[in-house]
Parts: sequence; structure tokens; C-alpha cells
Amino acid sequence: MSHFVLRQSGSARVLPGFGLSMGISVLFISLVLLLPITGLFGQLAGLSFAEYWTIITEGRVVASYMVTIGAAAVAALINAVFGLLLAWVLVRYTFPGKRLLDALMDLPFALPTAVAGITLATLYSSNGWMGSWLEALDLPVAQTWVGIALAMAFTSIPFVVRTVQPVLEDMPVEVDEAAMSLGATDGVAFRRVIMPHLWPALVTGTGLAFVRSLGEFGAIIFIAGNMPYETEITALMIFIKLQEYDYVGASAIASVVLFVSLALLLAINIWQGRFVRRLHGGKA
Amino acid sequence: MSLPVVFRRSMLALAIGATLSSPAMAQERELLNSSYDIARELFAEINPKFESWWEEEHDEEIEVSQSHGGSSAQARAIMQGLRADVVTYNQVTDVQALADADLVAEDWQDALPNNASPYYSTTAFLVRKDNPKGIENWDDLVEEDIEMVFPNPKTSGNGRYTYLAAWGFADEQFDGDEEQIQDFMRTFLGNVEVFDNGGRGATTSFIEREIGDVLISFESEVNNIRKEYGSDDYEVIVPPTSILAEFPVAVVGPNAERNENSDLAQSYLEYLYREDTQRLLAGFNYRVHHEDVVEEFADQFPETELLKVEDVFGSWDEAMETHFEGGGMLDQLQRR
Amino acid sequence: MQRIGDAPLVRRLLIAMAVGLSGLFLLLPLVAIFAQAFSQGVSVFWSNVSDFYTLHAIGLTLGIALLTIPVCLVFGVALAWLVTRFSFPGRRLLQTLIDIPFAVSPVVAGLIYLLLYGRNGWIGGWLDSYDIQLMFSWPGILMVTIFVTCPFVARELIPLMQAQGSREEEAAVVLGASGWTTFRRVTLPNIRWALLYGIILTNARAVGEFGAVSVVSGAIRGQTNTLPLHLEQLYQDYNAVGAFACAALLALIALLTLAAKAGLEWRASRREAFA
Repeated sequence: MSHFVLRQSGSARVLPGFGLSMGISVLFISLVLLLPITGLFGQLAGLSFAEYWTIITEGRVVASYMVTIGAAAVAALINAVFGLLLAWVLVRYTFPGKRLLDALMDLPFALPTAVAGITLATLYSSNGWMGSWLEALDLPVAQTWVGIALAMAFTSIPFVVRTVQPVLEDMPVEVDEAAMSLGATDGVAFRRVIMPHLWPALVTGTGLAFVRSLGEFGAIIFIAGNMPYETEITALMIFIKLQEYDYVGASAIASVVLFVSLALLLAINIWQGRFVRRLHGGKA
Repeated sequence: MSLPVVFRRSMLALAIGATLSSPAMAQERELLNSSYDIARELFAEINPKFESWWEEEHDEEIEVSQSHGGSSAQARAIMQGLRADVVTYNQVTDVQALADADLVAEDWQDALPNNASPYYSTTAFLVRKDNPKGIENWDDLVEEDIEMVFPNPKTSGNGRYTYLAAWGFADEQFDGDEEQIQDFMRTFLGNVEVFDNGGRGATTSFIEREIGDVLISFESEVNNIRKEYGSDDYEVIVPPTSILAEFPVAVVGPNAERNENSDLAQSYLEYLYREDTQRLLAGFNYRVHHEDVVEEFADQFPETELLKVEDVFGSWDEAMETHFEGGGMLDQLQRR
Repeated sequence: MQRIGDAPLVRRLLIAMAVGLSGLFLLLPLVAIFAQAFSQGVSVFWSNVSDFYTLHAIGLTLGIALLTIPVCLVFGVALAWLVTRFSFPGRRLLQTLIDIPFAVSPVVAGLIYLLLYGRNGWIGGWLDSYDIQLMFSWPGILMVTIFVTCPFVARELIPLMQAQGSREEEAAVVLGASGWTTFRRVTLPNIRWALLYGIILTNARAVGEFGAVSVVSGAIRGQTNTLPLHLEQLYQDYNAVGAFACAALLALIALLTLAAKAGLEWRASRREAFA
């Protein structure tokens, strides 16, 4: 574990560029990310905790948390499986149309979310290309929370694919050749050899997809139906507050989403750090 | 916040701004009209006419620019510094919000004729071919088998008018009996299939997704939609009682002064009241005030009793407070 | 030598599933967009695209993306280097902070910039007294676009650089290479595809961003209207064909960047084969 030893000698810092990269990162994060966020909290400064609590626990808002979190969880799960499959196929196999498939992956990022929303709503409405036969199977999508989950999955699929892909690409050929030559079946070898390397990327990607779904607005609003207590998402609650010139209310609900998202992301990062350390033979 | 960075940013802004910004940066004066989101084509026709009229009258080349968006978002942008000279909205409350922020004169409704509303409309129904459910009036909408589409009153002024119109009807019907009105409204809201964010989304739901028996929107809108999507497949029903929807305009004083556009701004808004502009507006299915034009287009706009928000609800402020604010009547009616 | 999942049956099944699902889930919406854009023929499509306001929106959108990319690139590389090559207190926190843009709904992202740099904000008010306006002009659009897209490059690089470890770079430095040389000769070749992905994602998101931009742009036609905003206006105004023509353009821009990436990859692999 010479690598590990070198890493631990980090206090001596073999590699250069600490000061420079730290400088750039901290300056950028402070100016671009943290400073504007203070604006959000500035809005909340005038609220007592009781007032804040009343705003964020209003019945309809709470219902919207449920809808949003439930749909985002389903979307993230779909994406974990689907994203892993896509990343695997794109990295490991060659087949006609592979480039096109690869290109398609970034489509959800490139389309303005509103376009995605309108298009999905058109496709999955009861008279759309997809919706009409889903309707025949008695599986209505548009105007239900399934539609919300679908729109979320669409907008966040690149997170999983694009996080898993580079790690998979970077995995040495010898790893799975060795496993196969020892006679393991595909399933076992995948679980034992590949997955340990992929976990951090897969969880990170899925986590990002989940978090992104929590805040998504444009893509969902067209397909959601927006019925109070049933298919209203939290981002819509924020939007409504803004329409009412209620910056404080909007900021309060936005801060809830922000806290939850940040806590999740922090958890993922800490977990990932532990995991990578264990992978590289450090202390668990 | 380090000042050099801000400074550098703005210097960068200046430097590249010259290359990025529009070709209309020549010395001519430019008037910015902040408008609602479905008025793009309307002002695309009016503006060139005004530009050439102004040049004829004053021998000065000017340009009118447009900004479109949801009218609350538009008003918000002006409060935060968008330097629009005039506003042409579909919501009295959004102009009032600007007045409350001292950006529009307090007496703006008296500054121009007809409450500073050069054109108006009302709330009407669009039903499917041959009106299979026989929808003629508001009380037909609370039948059990009716499915409706109209934009969310929480996010859309259009949707608020629909709510207010239905309430106004019920208020007349039940002679102000609060309990009966609320029952009516609860059933009414319960028949809604989809709450889209704005008028456009509701139209798509009704037309392209074939949701619902009736779409409720501005009369001007439902007429335009029928024209757009085929007059054989849909029918426009204007109920005998509905609400007056004003389309208010105002000069944003401080901005117009800053841009040295005060004369231009005032003149632009007055131009909207001229006969040929009013004819053009009527062509877009808006109701207008100019008598000759009204006569000319008489059969396009059925006579109907138009309730005023001020008469039914006291004032816009009261209507907003009682019905639409968080925890207000609308929230109570939708609560479960 | 046999690798995992190389059995023909597994391979075909997985490819079929991937292609089939992507077809339904991703390609179909794309096809629907182009079908709508061309639903009234090529000439209507063309007249919508060649409209002055559309062209201006395209120019502005591309300009913003071009300015956004270098900023995000420098930041992304610096941050990835920092958090994967050094350990220091607060490393995890830093790594989480860059995810803030993912955690903030785009509309809220626009709003917080507006609250700070708008006329009533404390920086905006100060700038206003010098007659400098950032919001409702293109610098505002640039600022929120950077906010929304800044995690992408870093996000692409971090897992990869973490998985690779710093062995090679440490060896180079121990052997006497300078920091810059080490980065250029050792790190860059290892991360270049991830870097390129990062740029492509940054570009795609920068070009397509709607929510945040809509708050700070003011949507003045021919001045601050980006392509997604223009699209929205056309759609609101019942010009569905025009709206979908813009959507098709945006999809096309994304596909073009990807084609460029594929081309680079191909050239590089050829060079390697000949080397």
C-alpha cells in the first residue's frame, strides 16, 4: 500500500498547487455560491421561528413535500437501475448506433426543462403516442404522480449515467479478466468485482438525481395536473408564493428544500469519502 | 464581497456588452413596454405603427422594445430594476403593486380614460363541438358529470378572474347567502380536472390532451383558440353574467424620466385609444371603447352583464386578501 | 480474454434493453420535438428560425455559453485538484458546497441573485447609484448561468480523480517535474475525457437553462431574450411550431457538441493507435 503511505504523507504535501487551487475554489464558492445564498437568509431574518414553522408546515405545503419526495425517490430508483445499465452498455460494448445512444444521454440537460415538460405531457397524455397505449393498460400517467416521477426521471438521468461512466471506463481490464478466468459467473463477478468500484459513483449519481428532482419545476408542471394535496410539488408552492409577491414565504419553503438537499449531499460525500478510503486500504 | 471583483465584472460587462447587445444601440430613443405573456403578436403589430406615427408627427426615429412574461413576474422585475417605461398588463393588481412601490403614480387609474384600461375582456367558455353537455351558464358547471379546465387561480390572473366570475354569479344567484355560495364554489372547484399554471397550459390540456368538457379563459383567448384550432370543433359560449377583466396600462414614472422618455411613454399609451388601434385590438378579440369600432364589431361580442370586481368584492385589495392570500377563502374551499 | 458480461446472450440482451428503453424514454421525446418543428413544412420552420429575434436569441445564448465554459473549467479543475489531491479539514464541506446549485431550484437561484444584485439588493442598490445594472442585462444572465452550471466540471472530475489516486502525479513530482508539467503531462491525459464531458454538460445546461435566467433576464426581445425564453414566448403566444423549432435548435446544439466530442475522441484514439 505504498499509495496509501504517500497519501498519508500529505501533511508534507508532495503535490504542488494547494494554495492556488484552494484560493480559486474558496474565492469562487464564496462569491458565486455563498454570497447569493445570504440573500435567501436575509429574507428569513425578519421571521420568528414560530412564523417560519407555520409557513413550512402548512397542510398543503406538507402534502407537497410528500408528493415531491415520493416521486423523487421513485425517479431516483428508476435512474439507478436504468443509468447503470446504460453506462455499462455504453462503456463495455460496441454496437451500431452507440455514438447516437451516447449523445442522447445529455439530451435532458440540453433541453430547457419547460420543453421537456411540454413534450412529455404531449407524449404521455391519454391521446399521446405513449399515453394512449398506457391508458389501454389502465396505467394513466399524465395528471398523476407517476407523471411527476417520470418527468423527474427524465431530467435527472444524465446524473447517473455520466457519473458512473467515467469510473467504469477507468476500471482496468485485468480486474474482470482475472475474475472471469477464475471461473466466476457474470452475476457473481459483477457483484464482487465491479460493484465495489462503482458504488461511490452510483450512489453519488443517484443522490444527485434525487436532489435535482426535489427542486425541478419546469419539466413537471405540465404533466402534474397540480391538484391541491394530490399532485402539487414543493417547487410549485414556492412559485405560488412568488406570484403573491411573498418573498419571505417563498424563501422559507425554498430554505427547507435547500437544507434537505444539502444534508443529503453532505451525507453522500462523507459516505463516499469513507468508502474510497476503505477501497484504497485505509482504515474503515 | 471584494469590490475589485464587482468592478471587474462590470468592466467586463461594459466591454463585451458592446459586442453582445442589440444592433438597436444607435442614438435613437428606445421605449420599453413590459407586457403580459400572450400579447407578443398584438404588440408586434401595434409597435411598428406607433413608431411610424411618431416619426411622422415628431420627425424623430424611435424604437419600441417588448418584454413579455407572466404579469406578476413582470411587475416583480420592474421593482427589482428592469427599466421599463410603460406597462401593459392583464391584471389590475400587478399595476397596483407597482403603484405601492412608488413606481407608478398613485392615481394611475385616473391618468387615462376607462380606468386606464384601453381594452377589456371577460371570462368565457370554450366547449366541444355541438356543446354535448349543454353548457350555457355558470350553474351548468356544477353538474356532477362536468369536467373543467382553467388555469390555477393561485398562479394565474386568468384563473383568478374565473374564480371571481363564478363567485359573482353565485352571489347573485343565492342573493349573497355565504353558505350556499361556498357550497357552489366547492363543487365548482371540485369539477376541475387540471390546474395548469397559466392560460396557455390550460389550452393545451383542453385542446391537445382532450381533457375536460369546458375550458374557461378570457373571451379574447377562447375566440383566438377557436380560430387557431378550427372553428368547427369548438364553440364559444359567453355566459349571460360574467366578470369585467380590465387590461390596465400605466407609465412607470421614475423609469421614463430616467430614460428621458416621459413624453413618448404617455403618447404610446394614448395611442392605444386611437380609432385604428382600437380596431386592431378588436381584431384580436378584445372588447374596446371607441364607439365607431364598437358598432362595427357589435356582432362579435355578445351582450352580457359584466360584474365589476369593485362592486362584488369591494376592491381588488379586498378580493385578493379575502380570497387568494395564503389561508384565504380559496385555500379553505380546497382544503380537505 | 473474456470479460464480464461478454457472453453473446447477455450482451445482446443488455444492449437491447438499453437501446429499447432509451428509445422510448429519450429518443421519442426528441423525435416528437422535431416532428412538431417540421409539422408545417421546412419553409415554416425556416422562417421561424431565420426571424431576427430568433437569431438574436441564438447569438446571445451561444455567447453566454462561451463565456460560462472557461469560468467553470478553471473552477472545476482547481476544485477537483484540491479535494482529490490534498486532505485538509473542511474538505467534505467544500465538496458539498459546490453542489448547492443542484440543491437550489432554478427559479430560486435566479431569485437569490435578484435579491442581492437587483435594485433593492444591497450590492445592486450600490451599483445602481453608479448607474451600473447587472440584472436584466446580459451580465445577470451570465452570472446565474455560471451559478447553475458550475458544479458540472468538478462533479465529473472528482470521482474519476479519486478513483485514479495520485500515485502517478506524486511519482512525477518526486522525479523532479514542476507542478504545471505534472498537471499537463500526467493529470490532463488521464482526465481529458471526463473534462470534455464536463464541458459538454456545462454547455448543454448553459444553453438550455430557463428557470434561473427567466428571473433575471427581463426577457426584452432582441436584447436579453435567450433561446429558451424566446421559445417560451412563442409557445405562450400559440406559435407552437416556432417554439418547437427553437427546441429543435437547442437539441441540435447539444447534438453538435456531442458530435464534436465524438470526433475528438476518434482522432485521439487514432493517434494513440499510430503512436
